[in-house]
Amino acid sequence: MSAAGRPGVPARVATLVEADELSVAYGAGEPSLSHVTFALGAGQAVAVLGPNGGGKTTLMRALLGELPARSGSCALHDRTAHVPQTDRARLDFPVTALDVALMGAYARTPWHRRIAQADRDAARAALGRVGLGERERTPFGALSGGQRQRLLIARALVQDAGVLLLDEPFSGVDVRSAELILGVLDALRAEGRALVIATHDIEQARRWDRVLCVNRRQIAYGPPSTTLTTPVLEATYGGELILLPDGSRAVAIQHHDHAH
Amino acid sequence: MLDALLDPFRDPLMRRALLEVLVLGAVCGPLGVWVVLLRRSYAAESFAHALFPGLVLAALVGAPLLAGAVGGALLGAGAIALAGRDRRVGADTGVAIAVSTLLGAGALLALSPAAPARVRELLFGDLLGTSPASLLATLALALVAALALLVAHRRLALVAFDRAGALGLGARPGLVELTFLALLGLTIVVAVQALGNLLVVALLIAPATAATSLGGLRLRAALLAAGGLAALAGVLGLYASWYLGTATGASIALAALALAALAALGRPRAPAGALRPRTAVEALGDPR
Repeated sequence: MSAAGRPGVPARVATLVEADELSVAYGAGEPSLSHVTFALGAGQAVAVLGPNGGGKTTLMRALLGELPARSGSCALHDRTAHVPQTDRARLDFPVTALDVALMGAYARTPWHRRIAQADRDAARAALGRVGLGERERTPFGALSGGQRQRLLIARALVQDAGVLLLDEPFSGVDVRSAELILGVLDALRAEGRALVIATHDIEQARRWDRVLCVNRRQIAYGPPSTTLTTPVLEATYGGELILLPDGSRAVAIQHHDHAH
Repeated sequence: MLDALLDPFRDPLMRRALLEVLVLGAVCGPLGVWVVLLRRSYAAESFAHALFPGLVLAALVGAPLLAGAVGGALLGAGAIALAGRDRRVGADTGVAIAVSTLLGAGALLALSPAAPARVRELLFGDLLGTSPASLLATLALALVAALALLVAHRRLALVAFDRAGALGLGARPGLVELTFLALLGLTIVVAVQALGNLLVVALLIAPATAATSLGGLRLRAALLAAGGLAALAGVLGLYASWYLGTATGASIALAALALAALAALGRPRAPAGALRPRTAVEALGDPR
C-alpha cells in the first residue's frame, strides 16, 4: 500500500509511535528500562542500539502492550506488526513458508472462515518481495536463518501494519538476506510506515532517521549524526565498545549470553 | 473371520466400551497433537497423576468419581503452584516432587487392604465398567473439545509456532495456554475413569507422536490422523483384551505405543525437512 493509500495518515507528518518518560519493569524489581522518550513519524525509522540486556527487547514488548509501563507512557497510532527474533520460532512446527506468511492474516479472519483469496494473494506477493517467491512450499525448518528472518518480515507485510517493530532483523543473517531486508525496509519507509529496528550494528544505525541508545535507561535520542558520538556510545556499551584507531568505526562486542 | 471381529461386541458392556474408547480417541488424539506441539507432555502426565488422591477418596466415600477428579485436580494444581514457588528447588523439580507425593498418597490409599477392589481399578482404568452416565459425560466432553479446538485452532498454531510473535498477530499466549491447559485438564478428568490414572497419557501422547511424524507438514492432517490412530488403538486394545484376556486399559496403551513405534519406523527418512537438525555450519553461521 502506498503512502497515499493509507487514509488518515499523511506521510511524514503524523506521529505513529511515541514514548514519554516510559519506564518498564518485570514484576516488582528495578525497571529494566527507564526514562525513554521519543517520537516517530510516518516514513521514519529509528535504530534502537544497546548491549545485550540493555532493554531493546523490553522496549519492543512494552510497545506491543505485553509489558505494562511502570511509569510514563507509550502509544502506537496505527496497526502494529512485530517481527520477533527467528531463533525463538520452532523449526519442527509443521508449516510451509506460505503458511507462515498467511499467519499475518489470522487476526482479520474469523475462526469459521477460510483465509480470503485476497489474503492468499497478499501472502504470495509478500513472499516475492522478500525473495522467497520460489520457496512457498518449503518447510519453515528447512529455510536458512536469513530466509527465516525474511519470511517473518513477509508475515508482517501481510499484516499491512503502519508500524513495524523489528527485533534484531540483521542478526545471524547472510549478506544476501541482509541486502534484501534493507531494500524492503527502505521501501516500507517510502510507503509512509514507521519502523522501530533493534540492532547490534552501530555502523548500520547511521543510515536510519533516528537513533535511540539504551542501556537500562535512555542514553540518547536524535539524528545519527549528532547522536552517535564516542561519549554516547561509551555510555551505551561501557567496556564492550571498540573504537577503531582512525576513529571512523565503532564496534560493539556481542556476548553469547541471553540476558534479556 | 467376520464372526471373530463381531463376537466381542455382542456383549453390551463391550459395545459401550467400544463407543467410549472411540469418542475418547477422537478427542485425545487431536488434543495430544497440541500437547506435543506446545511441549506440554510433562504437564499432561503430571496432571493425570496429581488428581489421583481425589479420585481414590471419592471412590472410598462413594462420591461420584467425576467430583473426586475435579477436587483432585484443584488440589494438584494448588500443590504444583506451591511447590513451584520455592526458587531453591525450581519449578521443574517442584512439580515432580508435588506430583510424586500426590500419586504416592493416592496409591497408598488405593492399595491398602481395607480399600475395596474397585479402587485399584482407578490406577489402570475400568473401560468395561463404563456406565451410561459416564458415556454421556464423554460425549459432552467431545463436543466441548471439538468446538474449542476449532475456534482456537489458529491461535494455538500462532502460540505453538512462535510464542514471541503471537501477541503481535492477535493471540494472547498466556490466555491461549491457560485455556488449553483447562481443556486438557477437563479431558484427563473425564478420560481417567475409563483409561486409568497411569495410562491416560499414553492415549494422549502416543497417537499424537505417530501422527506428527506421519502427517509431515499438514497440521490438519496430523490432527485428524491422531484422532483416527487413537480410536484405532482403542479398538485394537479391546480385541486384545477380549481374546488374550489382558487388562483393557493396558492393552489400549500398548496398542497406542505400538502404533507410534510403527510410525517412527515407517517415517520417510527426511520428513520434508521439518525435523532436520541444524547442521554445524548453520549453527556456526548464527552468532547466538
